[in-house]
Amino acid sequence: MWTRLKALIVKELLAILRDPKGRIVLIGPPILQLLIFSFAATLEVSNVDIAYIDRDTGRWGTELIRRIDASSTFREITPLTGMAEARTLLDERDVLAVVRIDQDFSRRIEARRPAQVQILLDGRRSNAAQIVAGYLERIIADLASETPGGKLAASPSETVVVQNWFNPNLTYTWFTVPGLIAVISLLIGLIVTSLSVARERELGTFDQLMVSPLRTHEILIGKTVPPLLIGLFHATLYVLAAIFIFQVPLRGSLFLLYPSLVFYLAAVIGVGLFISSLSATQQQAILGAFLFAAPAVLLSGFATPIDNMPAWLQPLTMLNPLRHFLVVARGVFLKDLPAGEVLADTIPLILIAIATLTAAAWLFRRRME
Amino acid sequence: MSADLARLSDVTMRFEAAGPPALDGISAAIGGGAVTGLVGPDGAGKTTFLRLLTGLLLPASGTVEALGYSTVTEPERIRAEIGYMPQRFGLYEDLTVRENLNLYADLRGLPADERAATFERLLRFTDLARFERRLAGKLSGGMKQKLGLACALLRRPRLLLLDEPSVGVDPLSRRELWAMVQELTADGIGVLWSTAYLDEAERCGRVLLLNEGKLLFDGPPGELSDRVAERVVRVTDMTRPKRQALAEALDRSGVIDGVIQGRAIRLVMKGGEEPPDLGGKVETTTPRFEDGFVDILGGGPGGRSALAAAREPAPEREGAVIEAHGLTKRFGDFTAAENITFDIARGEIFGLLGPNGAGKSTTFKMLCGLLKPSAGEGRVAGFDLRRDSANARSRLGYMAQKFSLYGDLSVRQNLQFFAGVYGLDRARANAQIERMIEIFELGRLLGTSAGSLPLGFKQRLALAAAVMHEPDALFLDEPTSGVDPITRREFWTHINGLVEKGVTVLVTTHFMDEAEYCDRIALIYRGRAIASGAPDELKAGVASAEHPDPSLEDAFIAMIERAETREAA
Amino acid sequence: MTPPAAPTQKSSQGGSPRWRRFRALMVKESLQILRDPSSLLIAVVLPLILLFLFGYGVSLDANRLPVGIVMEAGSPPARDLVAAFQASRFFEARLARDRRELAPDLVAGRIRGIVVIPATFAADLVEGRPAIQVITDGSEPNVASFVQNYARGVVASQLAQQIAEGTRPPPPLATAPRFWFNPGLESRFFLVPGSIVIVMTLIGTLLTALVVAREWERGTMEAMMATPVGIAELLLGKLLPYFALGLGSMILCTSVAVLLFGVPLRGSPLALLALSMAFLCPALGQGLLISAVTKNQFVASQVALLSGFLPSFLLSGFIFEIPSMPLPIQWLTVIIPARYLVPSLQTVFLTGDVWPLFRADIGAMLLIGLVFFVLASRATKKRLV
Repeated sequence: MWTRLKALIVKELLAILRDPKGRIVLIGPPILQLLIFSFAATLEVSNVDIAYIDRDTGRWGTELIRRIDASSTFREITPLTGMAEARTLLDERDVLAVVRIDQDFSRRIEARRPAQVQILLDGRRSNAAQIVAGYLERIIADLASETPGGKLAASPSETVVVQNWFNPNLTYTWFTVPGLIAVISLLIGLIVTSLSVARERELGTFDQLMVSPLRTHEILIGKTVPPLLIGLFHATLYVLAAIFIFQVPLRGSLFLLYPSLVFYLAAVIGVGLFISSLSATQQQAILGAFLFAAPAVLLSGFATPIDNMPAWLQPLTMLNPLRHFLVVARGVFLKDLPAGEVLADTIPLILIAIATLTAAAWLFRRRME
Repeated sequence: MSADLARLSDVTMRFEAAGPPALDGISAAIGGGAVTGLVGPDGAGKTTFLRLLTGLLLPASGTVEALGYSTVTEPERIRAEIGYMPQRFGLYEDLTVRENLNLYADLRGLPADERAATFERLLRFTDLARFERRLAGKLSGGMKQKLGLACALLRRPRLLLLDEPSVGVDPLSRRELWAMVQELTADGIGVLWSTAYLDEAERCGRVLLLNEGKLLFDGPPGELSDRVAERVVRVTDMTRPKRQALAEALDRSGVIDGVIQGRAIRLVMKGGEEPPDLGGKVETTTPRFEDGFVDILGGGPGGRSALAAAREPAPEREGAVIEAHGLTKRFGDFTAAENITFDIARGEIFGLLGPNGAGKSTTFKMLCGLLKPSAGEGRVAGFDLRRDSANARSRLGYMAQKFSLYGDLSVRQNLQFFAGVYGLDRARANAQIERMIEIFELGRLLGTSAGSLPLGFKQRLALAAAVMHEPDALFLDEPTSGVDPITRREFWTHINGLVEKGVTVLVTTHFMDEAEYCDRIALIYRGRAIASGAPDELKAGVASAEHPDPSLEDAFIAMIERAETREAA
Repeated sequence: MTPPAAPTQKSSQGGSPRWRRFRALMVKESLQILRDPSSLLIAVVLPLILLFLFGYGVSLDANRLPVGIVMEAGSPPARDLVAAFQASRFFEARLARDRRELAPDLVAGRIRGIVVIPATFAADLVEGRPAIQVITDGSEPNVASFVQNYARGVVASQLAQQIAEGTRPPPPLATAPRFWFNPGLESRFFLVPGSIVIVMTLIGTLLTALVVAREWERGTMEAMMATPVGIAELLLGKLLPYFALGLGSMILCTSVAVLLFGVPLRGSPLALLALSMAFLCPALGQGLLISAVTKNQFVASQVALLSGFLPSFLLSGFIFEIPSMPLPIQWLTVIIPARYLVPSLQTVFLTGDVWPLFRADIGAMLLIGLVFFVLASRATKKRLV
């Protein structure tokens, strides 16, 4: 049995590595994703263009604009003469926000009466708009504390002292890169596995396998181990990139990460084998993998928190292996997640792996008849 | 004969700068009112030749002219006046017969008022009227081919180019197609018919014989056969086994080629040499195109198989090695194979013949464990395929129809893989791999990806992979379609040698020549075995006064016709 | 399936040969679309799944963030603040005595932040320098920002109440942010138009690349090329049905978005149609180019996903702000057609017809489309190899 299994596993690995198409799958997506995700996929906001209408004649209005200008978040700050112009710029998305300072702004401040700054924001980009509103409010609050009246009253920005655990500067790559380890393992594991049976079927080599003395479970193991190894390899590359290129702190233990990763990959490979057994062609296998991967990534908490999803959808995400492994990957890197917590998310992975592999084996046997 | 319709002058075509040319200095002409055969094994350059004529490819050097226009400057004019049927017929499988015809009628600009009459004529001509609304993908191979032909004929072309129209088509449909094409030439249309079947060449008015990009012969097919006139003999009523006799004959220096024909053997002698004494009756017989081809190539291989010599005899056994008892397979309410029963003894070659979709592949697959029968049972080397399938499978070797090794793995990696899955231990695996490399002369190509091997070597590698574990039974699914005659001879030399060592062989084939190698044949038609017996018996069964010496193909067609009449009655 | 014979037969009447050939190609392609389950899968099922995910599943709007509150001393102002947190629609607050009780929950991700109201809070308040501490889970920066901002909001409104009660002087500077076009800040309002862009990319690029590559693989392209059909007819006849399919899918998605998800459509259908049509040019052109170069379904699908789907998802401004990206990537987005459709489409839905914006975007998309078509027709000369 070992001879046969070894031959099969070596062949699977070679078939993937020697096939130019296989190499596209193995090399293209991972590099592209690493680049795009870690550099482009950021919900941080910078280089924002804004405009202002300053009708104030006093020094406070000028001072506020100076401070906004000094902030690194904003790129271009355009003075406007009236609301009509503001409307056009917002409509045409030339600016994200317009700050409006009224005529009596300085006068009211000097008189220690409450003054108001109006901020108009482009709600089409609601996420960026909210973040920019937050920035502006903080700048305004800082200014407020220096006004004659402000020296007496405390502003909320001082009232609330914020401490960000695990990631004090809220560096975005610390968030995305550990998540990417999980996503890349999903995509690679899924594509490599879902193609493996479909490719053999298309090339006619599948019959060749079926007439050899290999038993069904041997073929299944032979089809599971290579994607597992390749998935582990890619995950390891990403772990190294996270530590050495992106300088993400590794606070927990990799000895906790890897066992969980193995079960996670097993669960994913089960899904891939299932898709593969179902597909007659590589084409269908790719589409099938895509049809699974898109919802799996979107409903995992990778980009947006699960808490934000509708209540009835949240329990469904429990079936998503990516959801569980994301917690482990991020936790091990940033939070030094204790073993108990890792286990709590690994047990569902084990259950999902058992379920998907069993389903795949069942379908595989059925399709042979 | 009218003036030439197309002309190639000193055409060379190269796809890879480093590799050998696909076509090498070809000059040829194609005339009207006749079928010109473009004959050669796979990879000889036939498709490239046809594509050059349509202007889909431009020659690296030399000129191509068709219908008086240059393919470089006026391909549009050529395309308006030719009919071209590419391999796989160029049909849209998810459109119906009618929709395919409509599409090509519009594309070829068939005037609206001629349409009804043309469709009617073509549908009658191809006998497809009943299937007008069927999806092209659901047609049988023969029907697809006729539809492809109909699409190419919509606008009565002056030159008709057919790329391997007979691949995957049974002899019956082949004969019909041939008759249809003959009818066209009567109207002055020039037909270029490319094929890997050498027997088709004999029926052509003229033949262009291609091999490895070179034009080996250009002229009427009889001229090529005449090269070996009076040198071809048939040896019948031999006292010794035919396979041993052939092996011995082939080793004689005077014999350049030899094949088995039922109980007889057929030999081509060197000029001036006497046929060897094999203890039988020797008579001179009509030479065939293939004999001439082999002669040009310098003769076939010897008769001894190093592969067979190197292996242990297969174990003696009581009873049959391969057994089929009432094998039946149903897919839904369609019965693909019904109650098929036969036994194959140790050291016997058994052939499954039949039109496409008749059930021979289904039967074959049930016997090597690829399909589970709905009823009945199959055994290999005594092991029940249902209960003991892994044991049964370890005793059989399998060679698939199309090349189905791992194309991205190197030759050595393929051998290592097959040694591994058949559970050969390290020492034995290494020994066997070395042996295969030596026997099949794979040494230079060990690092090459199997997918980029020349066809002949692919075939060798496939055989090596199938026999490395020294199986008791060999399953061969159309093993030599498309390969050149030398490679085919070599292949059968090995098979014959293995059979002499007691290996049992089950083979499916379309090739009548290949069927002649079988000890016994079962003819499968519409899911049933309608006839079985030795090739000579089958031939004798259809012999009649006006047809005293029918070929196996004649027998095949006659028996199918008989079965149809019986069914109709 | 019994094919409808009527439309195909009509094609035999009238028209110039060129027009007839063209129509025949379109009829063929349409029939194939209708009979191929995988094209319907991509054109109908996939859009609905994506729309559903973006309409329901993915949301950037944090609501009811689970947080823990540590009240170190139970003074009345502290209790008021706790009550304010508990009443906030943004938080799901849980009370604890000590922050050490809550720390493991923060590590495990069960809560998103800890609000600490120190023992000295009441006294500090009297002095006018109250301070509370907010600890967030920085491993999810976006959520952490929300926790900060919302916590500030709760505290601010709490202080405002005291101002109203006259116990505190009013703040010298107030801000009044107003979010135009989407006052409720519903992320679905911009995610759904964005997902329509992705759907059209999938149809235009992925599906087109697949079907054209399939013709190469099956040898039907060769048969076509050997007929008198011109290359432009061949390609246009192939693309127009997918153009229609893309528009159909867009209309389906728009209907679902408006009727089911309540996304407003403030611009005119004309503008929506014009933008979608302009976008389909580069999308189809890209698909065509990919298939002409690869001639293989598998490679075509990979390249289409990498060069079509991923960029239109990540580099179009759909979720991630382009100006926030590093400069080289910002330059790269210039050639991504989706980058021009995303802002325009969000505008059509949420703002109205802003033709100056649309004109520029349509121009850019048509230009990219032209480039793709020129490249594609070069790659698909009526010759093989």
